[in-house]
Amino acid sequence: MRKIKSVSDLEKWREAILEKEKGHEFIISVCGGTGCQAYGCQKVKAAFQKELKREGMKEKVALKITGCPGFCERGPLVTIYPQNFFYQRVKAEDVPLIISETIQHGRKVEHLLFEDPMDHHKITSSQEIPFYRTQMRLLLSHNDLVDPTRTEDYLAIGGYGSLAKVLFQMRPIEVIEEIKASGLRGRGGAGYPTAKKWESCRKAPGETKYVICNCDEGDPGAFMDRSLLEGNPHSILEGMLIGAYAIGANEGFIYVRQEYPLAHKNAGIAIKQARKAGLLGKNILGSGFDFDVEMAKGGGAFVCGESTALIASIEGKVGEPRSKQTHTVEQGLWGKPTNLNNVETWANVPLIIRKGSKWFSSIGTDKSKGTKIFSLVGKVKNTGLVEVPMGITLKEIIFNIGGGQQDGKRIKAVQTGGPSGGCIPASLFDVPVDFDSLTQVGSIMGSGGMIVMDEGTCMVDVAKYFVHFLQEESCGKCLPCREGLKRMGEILDRITEGKGDEESLSLLEELAEVVADTSLCGLGKTAPNPVLSALRYFRPEFEAHILQKRCPAAVCTPLIQYSISETDCTGCGACAKVCPTQAIKGEKKQSHLILVEICSKCGSCKDICKSNAVMVQ
Amino acid sequence: MDFKPVDRIVDKYQEKRTALISILHEIQGEYSHLPEGALRRVASRLRMDLNDIYGVATFYKSFSLIPKGKHSVTLCLGTACHVRGGPKILREMKKLLKIEPGQTTEDRKFSLNVVNCLGVCAIGPVMFVDGKFYGEMNPVKAKRIIDKINKNNRNKRKNGVKS
Repeated sequence: MRKIKSVSDLEKWREAILEKEKGHEFIISVCGGTGCQAYGCQKVKAAFQKELKREGMKEKVALKITGCPGFCERGPLVTIYPQNFFYQRVKAEDVPLIISETIQHGRKVEHLLFEDPMDHHKITSSQEIPFYRTQMRLLLSHNDLVDPTRTEDYLAIGGYGSLAKVLFQMRPIEVIEEIKASGLRGRGGAGYPTAKKWESCRKAPGETKYVICNCDEGDPGAFMDRSLLEGNPHSILEGMLIGAYAIGANEGFIYVRQEYPLAHKNAGIAIKQARKAGLLGKNILGSGFDFDVEMAKGGGAFVCGESTALIASIEGKVGEPRSKQTHTVEQGLWGKPTNLNNVETWANVPLIIRKGSKWFSSIGTDKSKGTKIFSLVGKVKNTGLVEVPMGITLKEIIFNIGGGQQDGKRIKAVQTGGPSGGCIPASLFDVPVDFDSLTQVGSIMGSGGMIVMDEGTCMVDVAKYFVHFLQEESCGKCLPCREGLKRMGEILDRITEGKGDEESLSLLEELAEVVADTSLCGLGKTAPNPVLSALRYFRPEFEAHILQKRCPAAVCTPLIQYSISETDCTGCGACAKVCPTQAIKGEKKQSHLILVEICSKCGSCKDICKSNAVMVQ
Repeated sequence: MDFKPVDRIVDKYQEKRTALISILHEIQGEYSHLPEGALRRVASRLRMDLNDIYGVATFYKSFSLIPKGKHSVTLCLGTACHVRGGPKILREMKKLLKIEPGQTTEDRKFSLNVVNCLGVCAIGPVMFVDGKFYGEMNPVKAKRIIDKINKNNRNKRKNGVKS
């Protein structure tokens, strides 16, 4: 690795990299994200390495293990450039065929192409796939091109160019003005204007200041930050460098939750490489500006996503939030002014500097600018990461990009904003997705989790899930949050067991109000949101549990019963074989029967039945 | 107990109190849990109160004061995995291993853990077994994974006896 001491060094290095890349006739990009790893992309990678060596093609073809392109559900994903052939569900056995057909003869491998679910025609490039077509992938598009463990790849797409521009052509105050003009708001959940935070931190008295990147993405069902840090860590470092320069900080931390080993690893590699190249450390690019970054690891505590708890955790303490009467921009890490931004916020910074605030502010709505990445998951056909301009409707995301319902069950709601957010019913899917509109309908944008729910999802069960989640994650400092959530959970437990009474709902609402009003930090203040929004839009479901002792979605086990339809059962015996309690009896080729007293209601029989004969009521 | 690994880890972090969480992570990596002796050693090396260290070790869910099993079975119960049937898999695992989440089987073979999100939601429900992700799980597939581990162990034992 070269040591870069000036902007001209940086540009020379970039030219050399681009020159070298010209020598490659083909680039094979294999997604190495966590999702594709679960599907076995490591084997695909090994097969490519072996095959390229065997065919003597290592000079002609570059093999890249990249970050996540987002369409995790169809993994392992492989893209061949320059043809831009997008192969999905690739197995190691397919590799020789890809080499002989695509690389040697320029032909497509038909069975690996994505098939349009509507008219069954094969789609060649990713841009034409409905999942990608309406997206605006300003941040995520880099993930497909960059091997996160190679600084060179980031430089090849113009990386660290914004840093050079900032250090030599802009004063810190001008950087803040540029970010202010762009209208960038924090992507972590609250949507606080980024430049305002930077400005306060810059103005705060003190020599030593810190910047922190928050990758404690604790909201269940959200993984945008993981994919960005895992797939393009240098872009986060560049964002932090620019922010630190604007604020006047010389030290930074990247706090990664313990559940993200690959993000931790790739960010660590990027820091080491950047130090070696002189992009972190003393006198960066000869500008006189010093900055370095350290990694910090979480310990599996959700509350540490809250800024003051996260800071306590970096200090090596128990992650308890503190009162924010004095803001962290004035007194944060070790009592020094500290600016904390989310991964996606930092990732936007180099882009704004490169393309200008005018360009950025032309995307999105009046008060929410730019794009936002969502993790579209749950009961929807196409799942994965979706980057869209702010202001697009929920309908467009769920039906055009997500492809609508998954297995014949009608979609009834989407949960946004994680445990601090709420459930938005299908009748409101025309709502534009921006910070303010989602708040108006009783949810929040949050960090970007979007969990789709259908008729098979019980909203009482979802409300119960979030309350139990938060009760467990409550640090215990404030009584209303510690005890109130526990009691709310007990009420919901009773409702799902068919023991709720007419007072349950009013008691639940009263408790929710107290918890929200009297807790110290965001966790407690927003904790009742999932329950209140479920009650607001899905009250009849709660009432069915209480009054009729019935779970309409057939989820709450004490209220449901499994049976086998005599007419549909083919007597194959698969259910009896899989039943863990031997509760299914019947002769081969004869209709089977579930013994209700022994049945543990695990649902295995329903999952395995090919003729859809298992009914649940 | 042999403190060499503990000392090596503390030295690596230059006895920094602020590195406590990282130090504990590495100690757990070494011993599969946080042994009392190791915590006492850390306290004396960092000149910290054992109470404070115990507080940190019990606050963060990823630390364990009791030894973990040989095989770690982690089930994701994030929202996406929850709505796609994660709880059914948990019920099956509890029944199969006869332990609750956070516990280890008596023979120290399996530890069962539940996490709130592994961030691989697109392919949920997800299970993370011995460092490997398994997507689109259901109770039957989950049981097969455990059966396979048991079978491999049996085969290893058998081969071990022969050789």
